[in-house]
Amino acid sequence: MGIRERMSGNEAVAHAIKQVNPDVMAAFPITPSTEIPQMVSTFIANGEIDTEFIPVESEHSSMSATMGACAAGARAITATSSCGLAFMWEVLYVAASDRLPVVMAVVNRALTGPININCDHSDSMGARDSGWLQIYAETNQEAYDNYIQSFLIAEHPDVRLPMMVCQDGFITSHAVMNIELIEDEKVKNFVGTYNPENYLLNADMPMAIGPYANSPFYMETKMNQRIAMKNAKKVILEVAKEFEKISGRKYGLFEEYKMDDAEYAIVIMGSAAGTTKDAVDALRAEGIKAGMIKIRVFRPFPGEELAAALSKVKAVAILDRAESFSGQGGPVGSELKAALMDAGVSAKAVNYFYGLGGRDYTVGDAEKVYRNLIDMTENGKKLEQFKYIGLRK
Amino acid sequence: MKKNIEIRWHGRGGQGAKTAALLLADVAFNTGMYVQGFPEYGPERMGAPITAYNRLSSDEIRVHSNIYEPEFVVVVDETLLHSVDVTSGLSEDGAIIINTAEPKEKIIPLLKGYKGRVYTIDARRISMETLGKYFPNSPMLAAVVKVTGVMEKDVFLAEMEASYRHKFAKKPEVIEGNMRALTMAFEEVQ
Amino acid sequence: MSQPTDVLEINEKSPYYDITPGNQIYGGGGAKKFNTGEWRTETPVIDWDKCTHCLLCTPCCPDSCIPVKDGKREDFDYDHCKGCGICAKVCSFGAITMKEGI
Repeated sequence: MGIRERMSGNEAVAHAIKQVNPDVMAAFPITPSTEIPQMVSTFIANGEIDTEFIPVESEHSSMSATMGACAAGARAITATSSCGLAFMWEVLYVAASDRLPVVMAVVNRALTGPININCDHSDSMGARDSGWLQIYAETNQEAYDNYIQSFLIAEHPDVRLPMMVCQDGFITSHAVMNIELIEDEKVKNFVGTYNPENYLLNADMPMAIGPYANSPFYMETKMNQRIAMKNAKKVILEVAKEFEKISGRKYGLFEEYKMDDAEYAIVIMGSAAGTTKDAVDALRAEGIKAGMIKIRVFRPFPGEELAAALSKVKAVAILDRAESFSGQGGPVGSELKAALMDAGVSAKAVNYFYGLGGRDYTVGDAEKVYRNLIDMTENGKKLEQFKYIGLRK
Repeated sequence: MKKNIEIRWHGRGGQGAKTAALLLADVAFNTGMYVQGFPEYGPERMGAPITAYNRLSSDEIRVHSNIYEPEFVVVVDETLLHSVDVTSGLSEDGAIIINTAEPKEKIIPLLKGYKGRVYTIDARRISMETLGKYFPNSPMLAAVVKVTGVMEKDVFLAEMEASYRHKFAKKPEVIEGNMRALTMAFEEVQ
Repeated sequence: MSQPTDVLEINEKSPYYDITPGNQIYGGGGAKKFNTGEWRTETPVIDWDKCTHCLLCTPCCPDSCIPVKDGKREDFDYDHCKGCGICAKVCSFGAITMKEGI
């Protein structure tokens, strides 16, 4: 039995860090993730953990220091949000191509332009092609659970990739909600100690990390990264199975909510999934066969699996919390539509945007999306792509 | 006991409306409920109007939006009645609780025709009498618990005492004052 | 712990699956296996009559091509010297001169 508690999403991640007791944390504060390194610093000051905290002067440095510590052989972590993540951009790619299993808590916040502190996914979506694993949480509980699992996924010999563990800024990071914590001892045994096969501080086997790889080697390196990313799917599911044994909670690449006989579906990520579930229930009470899929793992993208899960619906709305200005939809929309086409899924698919810069997304908003899908399918209403949900007109 | 309660708090930055919402979530949690306590974030400015929310339920809470049609509204600073539409979306079967020393007749005309129940509490006087300083949180919390009926008085007081004993372990002298503030507010809110 | 990487086995003909994860190279001294001395267009030559074995040249060599044994420098490692000429510049005794060619 777990420990019944109540805490915010940031507290939950900080608590997970306390239980994991990583070797090194290098971080620079930025809203809304600041509380995570702040709380970890307190644990260190109180002697509760022996993590080495490296205060740095920027996120470029926090990522560099985390990466360096990881290369040296440490279990190394950091946390950031928004522009902090953008400032790490250059180093993110290095951590990925050097195959360093750094774990980073990302508390999603809109990228500046215009300046804004609230939630959207533009920060992590901006880094979606950097070669990092990305996993998203609906609740503080999931942020905690994902965080604990992330070490075993990132460090797995078949994967060895850095991982972003994302949660929605303020919406889950600062909301106090119920949570079931796992006993310290169980978490400790679950994550074990990090014993990399090779590391810089191993005097018995000196090594070089990050050698120059010009055109004869660059593509081969990328292929190896791609294979690792593909391997991660299996590893994520294996780790989830092991995690279920200590927590009783099930996780997959995505969660299907009332999808068995669903005719209309929303595909969404993060905290808005919970809000959408309430809309599904309200519509089901009216006899409408609504369902929802919440993407948990965005990198690697579970395209084939999602297409299979959507093969029987009449229409699907894919909701993005990041604009990409491609004119062809957001990151989730573009990738999922491509996957549906490749799989020959005939469902009508629309891609909408919601919640940019913290714009609220309500149960009513979700219901409207479903009714829109019904109008489109049953009443032949014209399909309109790329709407902004909640835009004032 | 009620099953699902949605509360919206209006206060000013620095007055502790957010803390009060989190405290309420805490006590409700301790009685076995599912809780949600969260502020609406913006630039942090002392004195600027802020909003905080509570969802308290016997079932798991999945919604992550703000609350637009609350059953209860709490106004921690009566000056907000002039600048903020505090009764917006407020259920007429619900109630509004206002921290003020004024009689209700003076307050009701400021509520834009709200037809639900109106409660007032003079949290300033209670706080000054029991704590010697203006901390509206404790009396407001007691008023909210009484009006919403989210839990029994005895359970609430016992939970709060335990929480104060933990929080003020190093200055136990303030526990009694806070407990008196709660009891007085429970009696005085009307 | 991995076996030392044979860097000569990883080359422009290697398929991706023969390349180590993250291109990591295990075991030090891989550079020794590459005869970078052939890149030279100028060659340092030492006049042993002028050399005082002050050893200033040794740490200045960016390619570690000036070996030292029992407190005295030895001749250049011409397999790896790229002919940059720094040693000739730093020598206070005019003992090192740069000659054209290999």
